[in-house]
Amino acid sequence: MSHNLDATHHHEETFITKYIFSQDHKMISKQFLITGMVWAVIGGILSVIFRLQLGYPDANYAWLENILGKWWVEGGHITAQAYYALVTIHGTVLVFFVLTGGLSGTFANLLIPFQIGARDMASPFMNMLSYWFFFVASIVMLASLFIQTGPFSGGWTAYPPLSALHQASPGSGVGMDYWITAMALFIVSSLLGGLNYIVTILNMRTKGLSMTRLPLPMWAILFTAILGVLSFPVLLSGCILLIFDRHFGTSFYLSDIFVAGTALPNEGGSAILFQHLFWFLGHPEVYIIILPAMGLVSEVLAVNARKPIFGYLAMVVSMFAILLLAFLVWAHHMFVTGLNPFLGSIFVLLTLLIAVPSAVKVFNWLTTIWRGSIHFTPAMLFAIGFVSLFISGGLTGIWLGNSSLDIHLHDTYFVIAHFHIVMAVSAMFGMFAGIYHWFPKMYGRYMNNTLGYIHFWVTIIGAYLIFWPMHYQGLAGMPRRYYDYSTWESFKQFADLNRFISTVAAVVFLTQLIFIFNFFYSVIFGRVLKTPNPWKANTLEWTTPIHGIHGNWPGEIPEVYRWPYDYSKGGRDYIPQTEPIGPNEIDDGH
Amino acid sequence: MTIYLIIAVVLLVFVITFQVAKASEYVSILRGEEANRKQNNKINGWLMIIFLILGLWGAYICNNLLFKKTLLAYPSASVQGDKVDEMIWITLAITGFVFIVTQILLFYFAWRYQESDKRKVFFFSHSNKLEFIWTAIPALVLTVLIVFGLKNWFYFTGEAPKDAMEVEVTGKQFGWIFRYPGVPGHFGKKYYKMIDLANNPLGLCWRDSAAIQIKDDPYAHKDVVLEQTMYLIKNKPVKLIIGSRDVLHDVGLSQFRLKMDAVPGIPTTMWLTPKYTTEEMKKITNNPDFEYEISCDQMCGNGHYSMKGIIKVLTQEEYDAWWAKQKPAYLLAFPIDTSNTKVTMIDNKQQHLFTKN
Repeated sequence: MSHNLDATHHHEETFITKYIFSQDHKMISKQFLITGMVWAVIGGILSVIFRLQLGYPDANYAWLENILGKWWVEGGHITAQAYYALVTIHGTVLVFFVLTGGLSGTFANLLIPFQIGARDMASPFMNMLSYWFFFVASIVMLASLFIQTGPFSGGWTAYPPLSALHQASPGSGVGMDYWITAMALFIVSSLLGGLNYIVTILNMRTKGLSMTRLPLPMWAILFTAILGVLSFPVLLSGCILLIFDRHFGTSFYLSDIFVAGTALPNEGGSAILFQHLFWFLGHPEVYIIILPAMGLVSEVLAVNARKPIFGYLAMVVSMFAILLLAFLVWAHHMFVTGLNPFLGSIFVLLTLLIAVPSAVKVFNWLTTIWRGSIHFTPAMLFAIGFVSLFISGGLTGIWLGNSSLDIHLHDTYFVIAHFHIVMAVSAMFGMFAGIYHWFPKMYGRYMNNTLGYIHFWVTIIGAYLIFWPMHYQGLAGMPRRYYDYSTWESFKQFADLNRFISTVAAVVFLTQLIFIFNFFYSVIFGRVLKTPNPWKANTLEWTTPIHGIHGNWPGEIPEVYRWPYDYSKGGRDYIPQTEPIGPNEIDDGH
Repeated sequence: MTIYLIIAVVLLVFVITFQVAKASEYVSILRGEEANRKQNNKINGWLMIIFLILGLWGAYICNNLLFKKTLLAYPSASVQGDKVDEMIWITLAITGFVFIVTQILLFYFAWRYQESDKRKVFFFSHSNKLEFIWTAIPALVLTVLIVFGLKNWFYFTGEAPKDAMEVEVTGKQFGWIFRYPGVPGHFGKKYYKMIDLANNPLGLCWRDSAAIQIKDDPYAHKDVVLEQTMYLIKNKPVKLIIGSRDVLHDVGLSQFRLKMDAVPGIPTTMWLTPKYTTEEMKKITNNPDFEYEISCDQMCGNGHYSMKGIIKVLTQEEYDAWWAKQKPAYLLAFPIDTSNTKVTMIDNKQQHLFTKN
């Protein structure tokens, strides 16, 4: 239907078709964003509670018992089963529901039709389904928090046999069935979305918008969607085999197990097989999270430095290199599983290779702001923060990717520090940059700058205060996923540090509430946008009217004549993509 | 009570923050948006450089406070660990250098190139030469790290020396079981369906069973089985044969700088050479309570955090004296006449006992 829409063609829209079962990409992106924000707050609360246990294990949490109930807090103490449930659901929710669903869902839906000059997505209906599968997955995951035996508590990686045997842990009972169901629904959502993104970007670009004139967020989202479409099904198959092992007596992952006083009949399965299937998605997954953030940050950096992104082609090629390598490095999560050492060595080589395109991207970002004219909007601050975090976390990846160091540091706090900095906090920063930057496009209003500045500075300082010292805990061999360290001679020296980290974590979490407040307050009361192009940017989304209309452009879709990064060219601050190349002008695009 | 106080303080801070934010919006209207934007730009530009300086200083302070709490403050407890430490220092030198240079460039550029009326933007969209340089240099540096890393990797995962002693380590929810062969080089056979929690936690093949096609293994009668504490010899390589009885576990030996997963049904191995006895390590670390602890490093259930084992590293003489006192698990489970060391024959009474199980 979308092809014959224009401003003169008005649909009669009811509340339900406009706000709930909407097929408009702008509304769907808001739905993804707000669902993602709800999950981010829930995931954040979960982490604050388990950090309380780590930082103040002896404090009295009777007040929390009144809120959460006996399963979570008993006799004033957070229980071990609650602790493990919290870390598991925190990980699952943040990785999949916030940084995949929330980040890709929001910005792919918002930006694809806008930046490629399309009326909407190729299949608006599939797009709507994608959100509603995500929504149902969210409900199932949320419901798992309230069942009697508790949610799944075997870590977000869900390794069998722990996740396959209800005898092995209470969380591996019904809680795990909910977890798998939610994940399966989530994967369906992600596939519906991903296929739509790929098809739309490849087929529906406006006249003149060749692939090499695409803004970088588009390349990033295209590669992300390809990664997701090729790797999520593998996780789905892994999960289906897990369901078979759990309920139908198969032995895909089970062998030689004596648990809870009985020897199980299963023989010949391999627990390691699941890890291969899991990480075949699991590793690309971290790029599914970070690539969109890289795309958004590249755009924000160029716009706010008033300078072209440096090395556009190198940026695309390096993202493509990351896309390819992402499929070939999964076993670096498995160096200490007894993997064939020769195979391990291949994965070391391929893993460390990823550092090359990553380094290229960092140097290109640095060169982009070099001799620019930087406007410190909150979006720009978060983009700079992203680069800083990506450097810090990326460099420790060189440690962990080298198997002879991983054999020592694997599953310690060094890993926690590494992946939180390089893909969790930094992807969050990318998302914040995106929200601050495109908020005026979404709601026709500005967010409050001062709150944005406070949000940024507290968050980046807090993020480093939380995760920097964790490297030292890792270098002491301190294992992750421990409920209590006080009985360990080797690790108990960090009690003070854990207290410090927990306190900072609580403060950083509360600071995010400032952002949430700023967001919703500004939706209603924010300063009204007076120009359609507040950041003086070149890309097409800023040529649409301030208040989005169905079909995006009132008249014809504009034609594109140049790449999106002509900032400060020939003495002009910016030249929109819709402006033809001048008679004596050199086209700096490719 | 304190919780209410904390909530009150948090609310107060929020209210103040929002008032400040609102006030700043009014100020911006009064003073003009453009002037206000320029001032914000300046403040954030300076905060960038302050953040850089305080950040580097903070990293230094953090190191002073925490370095002595890490393993790097003491020598590694194994020969392999020395190589891990060497790798850590090489990698730290390289990544540390890159970290400092790039962070300084990032925040310096952010401060230096903030918007200014006096300066014009340098239009610079690409340079193949630069791209080549910063593709080639990281690739070369990484090659160095890969070569060092793989050399060590193949050493760690390679064959244990011929004279290495062998110990089998089995993880279970939530503890460790160690098995020493009664006859060096010959572990008795075991099968998980023979496990009997009271007498035979590893399922050693102490009898025939036609039902599960198991034959009595004479070597199994001689194996020594220990729970929670493993004994090793200083300077003697040891090969650990690692398995699990239920879910995944991981033999984490932080002082030795090594670890290996325990997987049910798929044995894994790891070898190491302890350098210091437990007593020597107490002196080195200046901690009379020091123990080599085995931590489970793979999520294994609600008791994961309590899955601790101990390694006692002894001198050869101490070890010999200790070993002389050990009795095979079979004899501890079924204390019959021990004068006959050939325990392959099981009398009728024992047979009866087994079939009852």
